Amino acid sequence: MLKLLEGPQTLGRGKVFWSCFLAVLAGALIYPAFADSYDVGNFSYFLIWIFMALGLCLMWGYGGMLSFGQTLFFGIAGYGYGVLAINMGGGTATIAALVLSVFVAMVAAGILGYFMIWGGISGIFFGIVTLSATLVLAFFLGQTAGPEWHIGTARLNGFNGMKGMDPLAVGDFYIEGSALYYVMVALIVIVYIALRMLVNSSVGNVIVATRENPQRAEMLGYDVRKYQLLTFVVGSGLAGLSGALYTSWGQFITPSSIGLPAAAMPIVWVAFSGRSDLTATLVGSFLLLFGFQTITIYSQQAALVLMGALLLATVMLAPQGFVLGVGRLVVDWWSRRRRPDTGPALADASRLQSDET
Amino acid sequence: MSAELFSVFYQFADVFAFLILSAAGLAIVFGMMGVINMAHGEFIMCGAYVTVGLVNLGVPLPIAQILAALTAGLIGIIVEFLVVRRFYKRPLDSLLATWGLSLIVTQSMLLIVGSAVRGIGTPEGSFAIGEYTFSTYRLVLFGCAVAVLAGLYIIFMKTRFGVIARATMQNAAMARALGARTGRIYSISFGIGTALAGLCGALYAPTMTLIPTMGATFVVESFVTVVIGGANVLLGTAPAAVFLAMIRMALNASYGQIIGQIGMLVAVILIVRVLPEGLSSVLVRRGR
Repeated sequence: MLKLLEGPQTLGRGKVFWSCFLAVLAGALIYPAFADSYDVGNFSYFLIWIFMALGLCLMWGYGGMLSFGQTLFFGIAGYGYGVLAINMGGGTATIAALVLSVFVAMVAAGILGYFMIWGGISGIFFGIVTLSATLVLAFFLGQTAGPEWHIGTARLNGFNGMKGMDPLAVGDFYIEGSALYYVMVALIVIVYIALRMLVNSSVGNVIVATRENPQRAEMLGYDVRKYQLLTFVVGSGLAGLSGALYTSWGQFITPSSIGLPAAAMPIVWVAFSGRSDLTATLVGSFLLLFGFQTITIYSQQAALVLMGALLLATVMLAPQGFVLGVGRLVVDWWSRRRRPDTGPALADASRLQSDET
Repeated sequence: MSAELFSVFYQFADVFAFLILSAAGLAIVFGMMGVINMAHGEFIMCGAYVTVGLVNLGVPLPIAQILAALTAGLIGIIVEFLVVRRFYKRPLDSLLATWGLSLIVTQSMLLIVGSAVRGIGTPEGSFAIGEYTFSTYRLVLFGCAVAVLAGLYIIFMKTRFGVIARATMQNAAMARALGARTGRIYSISFGIGTALAGLCGALYAPTMTLIPTMGATFVVESFVTVVIGGANVLLGTAPAAVFLAMIRMALNASYGQIIGQIGMLVAVILIVRVLPEGLSSVLVRRGR
C-alpha cells in the first residue's frame, strides 16, 4: 500500500520530500498554539476550499475532464448539509448530515456524469454543460425567497441564503475553532494521501491513460467511461465535502457561493497551481486563497480582477501552472546539485505529464 | 381563437428570439474556430451599456443599437488579436483565457461604474388582438432574430467571404494552401461573433436592468443552444432554438421562468445522451 504513495503520477519522492511534508504538517499542528483564535478560524476557512481544488485537480489534471461544476456540487452538499442539519436536529446527527450531504452530491454527480460521459461529451462541452447546470442551480436557489420554498423546516431563503443550521458537533461538543481546524488538517492529510495512492494505483494509471488518449485506452480493453465516471464522482464528491464543511463553518450558505464568479475560483486555483500534480494544487490553492482573502478585506472586486488576470496570465505564460513550474525548477536545481543520478527519473516523470491537451 | 393562437406564437417568438440572439455570436465563433468565448456575456453587457450610454446622450435608439453592435465587434477584433489568436490550437486554454477576461471585465465594471445604471425603459407601443395586448418591441426582437439568421445565411452562403470562411471551417490547412488568409478570416469571424453579442445586448438593453453581471443571464441559454446545435450555425443553432423554445414556452406558461430554464437544461442533457454531436450532425447527415 505504502508503495503507492510515490509513483510516476505524482511529483515529490524520497526522504527530502517526505521530511518537508512532515515539517509542514508539524507546523500546521502546532500553529493554533501560537496564533489567536481569529487567525485559526481564518486558516480553517482556507482549508475548506482545498478539497474542491484537489477534486478538480484529479478530474482535470489526471482525468482530462475540465469540469466547471465544482460549485454545483459544493452547493448541493452545502445546502444538503443545511437541510439535513436543520431537520435532523443538532448534536451528533450533524456528522450524519455531513456524510449524507456529500453522498447526495456524489449521487448527483453520478447522474449528471452518466448522461454526459455516456453521451460522449468531452473537452469544451464538458465544461459548458457543467457550468450551465451550475448557473441554473444558482438561479433556481436565487428565486426561492418565498415561504413556500422549504424542505422540512428548512427555509431556502433565496439570495439571502439558508441559515440557522448547527455546526458539526459530537454530542454537546461543537467542533469549532481549533477543534475544527484539527479536523480540517486531518481530513486534508487523509484526502491528499488517498488521492496520491489512487492516482498511482492501477486505476489511476487507467485514468491518466484515458486523459492521454481515450481511444487507445479503450483499445487496451478498458471501459474508459467507467473510469471517467469514477473520477468525476470522486472529484465532485470532494467539492461536496468542501460545501458541507463551508456551511458548517459559517452556519450559512447563499446562492452566490454557487454562481458566477464563484464557479471560476476553483479553475483559477488549479490552473495557477499546476493541474497535473496534487502537491502543486495543494500548495498553490492555499497560497492563492491566502492572498485572495488578504485583498478581499480591501475590495472584493479588485481581488476578483486579480484572479481573472492570474487565470489569463497562467494560460498565456505558463499553461502548466506557475507553482508547478517553480517547483520543477527548485527540484531540478536541487537534484543537479545533490545527486546527478536522480535526473533521469524526474525527467521521466515530467515527460509523462507533458504531452496533454 | 385566433387570439389564443397568436398568443402562443407570441410566446414562442419571444423565447426563440432570446435564444437566437444570445447564441448566434457564440455559435459562429465556435463553428469557425472551435473556441467557446466565455466572455460572450461580457460582449452582450458591452452592447447594452453602449446603447444606454448613447441613448442617454440623445442618440435615437436604433442608431445607438447599431453603433453598440459595431463597438462590440471592434473590441472583439482587438481581443482576438491580443488574446484569442494564440489559443486556436489549444481550445481548452482559450476557454480559460476568455473566462479570465470575463472576470476582469465584469469586476472592473463593478469597480468603475458601480452596480446600477439608469435604464432607458422599453419602447412603448402595444397592439391588441382579441382581449390580449402584446408589446410591439417583443415582435421587433423576433424580427431581428430572423433578420440575423437571414443575414448570416447571406454572408456565409452568398458572398465570397462566406465561401472562403466555409472552406476554412472545413479544412483550415487546405484553405491556407489555396491562398485564403485564414488568420484574417478568423479575426473577422470573431468580430462578427462579438458584434452579434453586442447586438443582443443592445436589443435587450431597454428591457432589462443594467448591471455589470447581466451577461450571466444570457450565458445558460447561449451555451445550451450551442451544445444542442453543434458546430453549424445555420443548420444547428436555428433548429436547436426552435426546439428549445418550444420546450421552454410550454414550461414557462405552466410553471414559470425558472422551471422553464431547468426543463431546457434537462432536455439538453437528455439529448446529448442520444445525439452526442448535436442536431446539426444529424441534419447534415440527412442532407447528404
